[in-house]
Amino acid sequence: MEYVALITGFLVIMAGLWAIMTQKNIIRIIIGFSIFDTGLHIVMVALAYVKGRTAPILDNMVSVEEALNKIVDPVPQALVLTAIVIGLGVTALMLAFAMKMHKEKKTLDVRNFKDLKW
Amino acid sequence: MRNFFIIIIIAAFGIMLYPLFDSFSGNEELSELASFYAQKENVEKVNSANLVTAVVVTYRGLDTMGEVTILFLTAAIIAFFLKKQSDVRSLRENTEIFTTAAKLLIPIIIMLGVYIFINGHLSPGGGFQGGAVIASAIILILLAFPNKPFNHKFFGYMESVSGLVFVGLAALGGLIGLGYLDNAILPLGTFGELMSAGAIPVIYSFVGLKVGAELSNILNGFQSVQSDS
Amino acid sequence: MNFLIISILLGIIILAMAGIAIIQKNIVVAIIAAGALSLFASILYLLLAAPDVAMTEAAIGSGLSTIIFFYVLNRIRTTDERNEE
Repeated sequence: MEYVALITGFLVIMAGLWAIMTQKNIIRIIIGFSIFDTGLHIVMVALAYVKGRTAPILDNMVSVEEALNKIVDPVPQALVLTAIVIGLGVTALMLAFAMKMHKEKKTLDVRNFKDLKW
Repeated sequence: MRNFFIIIIIAAFGIMLYPLFDSFSGNEELSELASFYAQKENVEKVNSANLVTAVVVTYRGLDTMGEVTILFLTAAIIAFFLKKQSDVRSLRENTEIFTTAAKLLIPIIIMLGVYIFINGHLSPGGGFQGGAVIASAIILILLAFPNKPFNHKFFGYMESVSGLVFVGLAALGGLIGLGYLDNAILPLGTFGELMSAGAIPVIYSFVGLKVGAELSNILNGFQSVQSDS
Repeated sequence: MNFLIISILLGIIILAMAGIAIIQKNIVVAIIAAGALSLFASILYLLLAAPDVAMTEAAIGSGLSTIIFFYVLNRIRTTDERNEE
């Protein structure tokens, strides 16, 4: 199962990279960035999985004594948790920039933004 | 021609990723760090049933603080960009059915968010999830009553007070506990009960309020530039 | 074994959603597909024993970010209409 998730994550990362590099519309480039984000998260969670184990929450089913042999790795999950929230902030920031750029140039096509091109 | 080069670049990227996949053989046991966190004496030191919460709030609490700071910065920049709005807005009024259903649902959704972050140390959930659920209640308010003024002051105060309490509790752990963000400044309680795990539920509740207020500010920034014609 | 079949199905659906989000001409459909990708990814996280991450992804990835995309799209559409007048 973790292999399937790993392949899916890598392919989603490559799909996002393709969208970032080929699209002309800024909104579509930002969609590509958010797809790239999701792929990275899938890869990180798949790396944390341990075969046949359960979530890192100790309750009646998983007692404190046997936690060492029954739970998956909690550290990458905690990192992904914060990464998703930051991802929303960064996406919102990029969209705000895109709105500002559209207000300046009246277009969303990246080929029209030549201000720093030489 | 350009697409051809991009295909070559992406194929090279795929070849670069392939060894990562090839050398991955599926974990059979926990890594060293994770087994340190899952040991019996360390679990009893923190007393939190949800180990992800323990990692987010206590062991890697400094990361969470940095993350909340980044979120605050993005909210501030977005508010700065979208603030000036001189042209007239014309927003449609919603139908009776939608507004009545929204009035019924909003308190329930906010209650669910508060439940999620208060029980963050016992069940899946916590400040970030609860904050996101609260922000989705706020988005329902913004969609259902688009012409009502948004109370910036309340959300601003809520956000700053939660941030100050978060930093204050963390520093208190450094002063009277073992180190910065130590959770043993409050009694640890019985394992698996609501009033346990020391300062973790308190800190995570304030993180939840802060995240909810920040996401609401971002959403309101985008809503304040809308118009329907 | 059952989980393996479900995860393969989910992987195919996720890749299809990524394809739709990239290829689709209509930008509204592309945004919806990106949101659906997040939703199916959250089910995959649940299978990979990460309920915390699944909750966050379901609330943020498919809820809030989709709505922000639509707000921006609406703003850009109204600005275009005003420019034409």
